[in-house]
Amino acid sequence: MNASDVLGLLFIGVFLLLMLAFASMRARQAGRVFREIAAFARLRRAVGVSVEAGNRLHLSLGRGIITSAQSAVGFAGLSVLDRVARAASVSDRPPIASAGEGGLAILAQDTLRGAARDLGADFDPFAGRISGLTPFSYAAGAMPIAHDEEVGANVAIGSYGSEAALLAEAGERSGSLILAGSDNLAGQAIAYAMAHEPLLGEEAFAGGAYLGAGPLHAASLRVQDLWRWLLILAILAGAVLKLSGVL
Amino acid sequence: MKAPFATALAIAVGLIVLLGYFVRLGVLASLRALLLDWAIVVAAVALLLGIINLAVVHWRKMVAERADSVYSAVLLAALGVTLIVVGIFGPAHPLSLWLFNNIQVPVEGSLMAILAVFLTVSAARLLHRRSDPLSIMFFVTVVVVLLASAPLLGREIPGLSEFRAWIAQVPAVGGARGLLLGVALGIVATGLRILSGADRPYGG
Repeated sequence: MNASDVLGLLFIGVFLLLMLAFASMRARQAGRVFREIAAFARLRRAVGVSVEAGNRLHLSLGRGIITSAQSAVGFAGLSVLDRVARAASVSDRPPIASAGEGGLAILAQDTLRGAARDLGADFDPFAGRISGLTPFSYAAGAMPIAHDEEVGANVAIGSYGSEAALLAEAGERSGSLILAGSDNLAGQAIAYAMAHEPLLGEEAFAGGAYLGAGPLHAASLRVQDLWRWLLILAILAGAVLKLSGVL
Repeated sequence: MKAPFATALAIAVGLIVLLGYFVRLGVLASLRALLLDWAIVVAAVALLLGIINLAVVHWRKMVAERADSVYSAVLLAALGVTLIVVGIFGPAHPLSLWLFNNIQVPVEGSLMAILAVFLTVSAARLLHRRSDPLSIMFFVTVVVVLLASAPLLGREIPGLSEFRAWIAQVPAVGGARGLLLGVALGIVATGLRILSGADRPYGG
């Protein structure tokens, strides 16, 4: 093991320990609230509205291949899908999920099936599907869902690039709410310009915590905040040391 | 806990792969490589299942005889033709490449061209939807960068190119690094949630 391996392992270990510590503290304390993220507040409202209006939610999980780092934001999208599927279980129209990768599509089906099984609802195996395998074919395949499936809100949490603009435009044309977050900078810029509620940076990974997925979700968000402040301090300290000629 | 065996197996595999990345131990490294190879095979099978799922979805749409059934029919025909051609001749055969270069590439290229129109319209919509200082700054930056990159009537505004270069090299890079640091922390947190069994997207 070289020094960077040790540092990497240490970082992961400390992150995990802090997550477990915060989760156990949270279990003993009353739930503390996070800063408001408008996208998740609107998503909660959209679930309620879709149940009342009899329309459905569409979750786009992106194209992150499950053996790559890009799958992480897709997994965060699956957490949101699980929470939305449970919240909308009384609806006549359960949520629908589209993915641009086989593994994610199967996991989306499994997530929907798990939620339906737990709540005693019917499971539609075609509610989780692949819409295309290249960036633009994925977006082109997902666009009709916004039109044809009576979708009230489009939630895109996954790995996207500029093709997200096609999805957002389809949502805009059908008059539905658009929430979008990506791990990709181009995708985030598109989300900022086109989505009603963009999720920037780490916000795309915070869905589970904001939708009440469990104490470890909330704890992981706290640890993320802690590490972010430590990184900011380290960057500032580095800049000061550089300016003062020490480095 | 539901499906404790699947959960335990997923956590164990995740730990082995993670440790194999950091700890340079022969057995661990080969076990990690083996598990990753299996994951790639499973991902390929998942892809096949996904394509079958896609075909069934569009078959159902086609037989439902809706107004847009014709699109589903075209998709199924294209899927069938591609499978037959690539299955018989292989992916590197000129016929397979012809299909790709003359159908897939132009269609995707035209979708990319449409993006330019969508983005222009959405830039105008952005100010209508969220007329806050950040959105105004976003819009002004887009206009400045566009004008500096493609001057109107070929006339450059003095100092605009330098201002564009400063935007691209200082605030844009700073902002991008901030966003990417946030994304990296989010990826670590998501990975650890799955590794600790808090997130179980595999049916556990």
